[in-house]
Amino acid sequence: MEVIDLQWWKLALAAVMILLLAVFSHLARLGITRSLLVSALRTVVQLSLIGLVLEALFASAGLFWVGLMALIMLLVAGREVMARQQRRLTGGWTWGIGTGAMFLSSFTVTVLTLTVVIGPAPWYAPQYAIPLLGMMLGNTMTGVALSLDRLTESFWRQRAVIENRLMLGETWHQAVADIRKDAMRGGMMPSINAMAAAGIVSLPGMMTGQILAGSPPSVAVKYQILIMLTITVGTGFGALMAVAWGSRRLFDDRERLRLDRLSGS
Amino acid sequence: MAELRLEHLSVGAVKSASITIASAEILCLSGRSGSGKSRLLRAVADLEPHGGRIWLGGTEQTTVPGHIWRRQVMMVPADSQWWADRVGEHFTVTDLSAATLNAGLDQLGLDRDVMHWPVSRLSSGEKQRLALLRAVARKPSALLLDEPTANLDSEAVARVEAWLQREIVARQLPVIWVAHDRQQITRVGDRHLAIRGSAVEVVDGSH
Repeated sequence: MEVIDLQWWKLALAAVMILLLAVFSHLARLGITRSLLVSALRTVVQLSLIGLVLEALFASAGLFWVGLMALIMLLVAGREVMARQQRRLTGGWTWGIGTGAMFLSSFTVTVLTLTVVIGPAPWYAPQYAIPLLGMMLGNTMTGVALSLDRLTESFWRQRAVIENRLMLGETWHQAVADIRKDAMRGGMMPSINAMAAAGIVSLPGMMTGQILAGSPPSVAVKYQILIMLTITVGTGFGALMAVAWGSRRLFDDRERLRLDRLSGS
Repeated sequence: MAELRLEHLSVGAVKSASITIASAEILCLSGRSGSGKSRLLRAVADLEPHGGRIWLGGTEQTTVPGHIWRRQVMMVPADSQWWADRVGEHFTVTDLSAATLNAGLDQLGLDRDVMHWPVSRLSSGEKQRLALLRAVARKPSALLLDEPTANLDSEAVARVEAWLQREIVARQLPVIWVAHDRQQITRVGDRHLAIRGSAVEVVDGSH
């Protein structure tokens, strides 16, 4: 089966629909027009550029270039995690914790998947490594950002409760056990929901893409299962680390609650 | 039982305050609002960074983990917090025997069934009395009370004062009691200090 290439003017048709939506939301004064248009423009520009980058990367296929690409993806993801926080840890700790958690979880899981499960030659072959890492990072980023945001926000809102529990002689672990549970659930929910709904409510993007590109559905399904499982593992460990490090950072060595390490919204 | 000793404590506006509270002694602390009474209590409970050293008997604050210190030097804040659904969930199993707990509830004028109540049913006065009972039930070695009768009517104030004085003597606890009311200070305090600017001054030595 041949893949039907899309002409640029056909994409413009889709863009016209976005413009239509923007006009309607502007008329209804819903206040999302600007961010809608900016995001749509960013999608077009970023994806067009990445198309060029990927073509160059696939042509060279050197470990150095693949590594550099992975590093850039990680740094941008770290910035996105920062941007999605209502309250940040001071001194760059939000960026540090977010990036560290994403690095440890998504890179480990991606490398493991590449070397042990898929096994392309070489193991860092960009056709496999970059899309896999992209999906891992994208989802881990959401998980880490959500759980960190939920964590710091709950710390802020429930500071009196936390301190009262400390006054009663509880350890910092006990005093924030409920908050940590809640933050972890917040970060994991999208992955868990996606797994539960996969194939029935939604046909996941990667599988759909592979089928459109001509793969037999049975192969596409196997890849999709692999991806969803590894994404959940990556997101889970990422959120786990972010919650552990984030809550530790908000207490000092005397187990005092230190909300001065959190900047306002 | 051990005395509570503050050596050159500095926190907020207060500079280098040295105070010793004997066991079973109630030290009343007053001062204008914003003068740093609560912050002083928080520093003694090690909830806030501070200068100076604090001792409970032979134990210096920084030589034990924070939660061990706070288990012994227990602060009861002016606004108590309740995080679980039912009142009883805030009282841990190792706390008091049912008989002692019931005696405390009776003396504080609280319903014996209150442990099964949802927290939302409590009035602010009931919360305040239960917060005191909750703290004492954890068997601390010293108490830091931040306006423990602020939300109470006069009858409840009398009950709480009598109960606290009995418990403090029975358990030989050194106590810092932040209070506004001069008459209450005269009734319960063995000594009365006031925060004035950066100093903690003696208002009254003994009654």
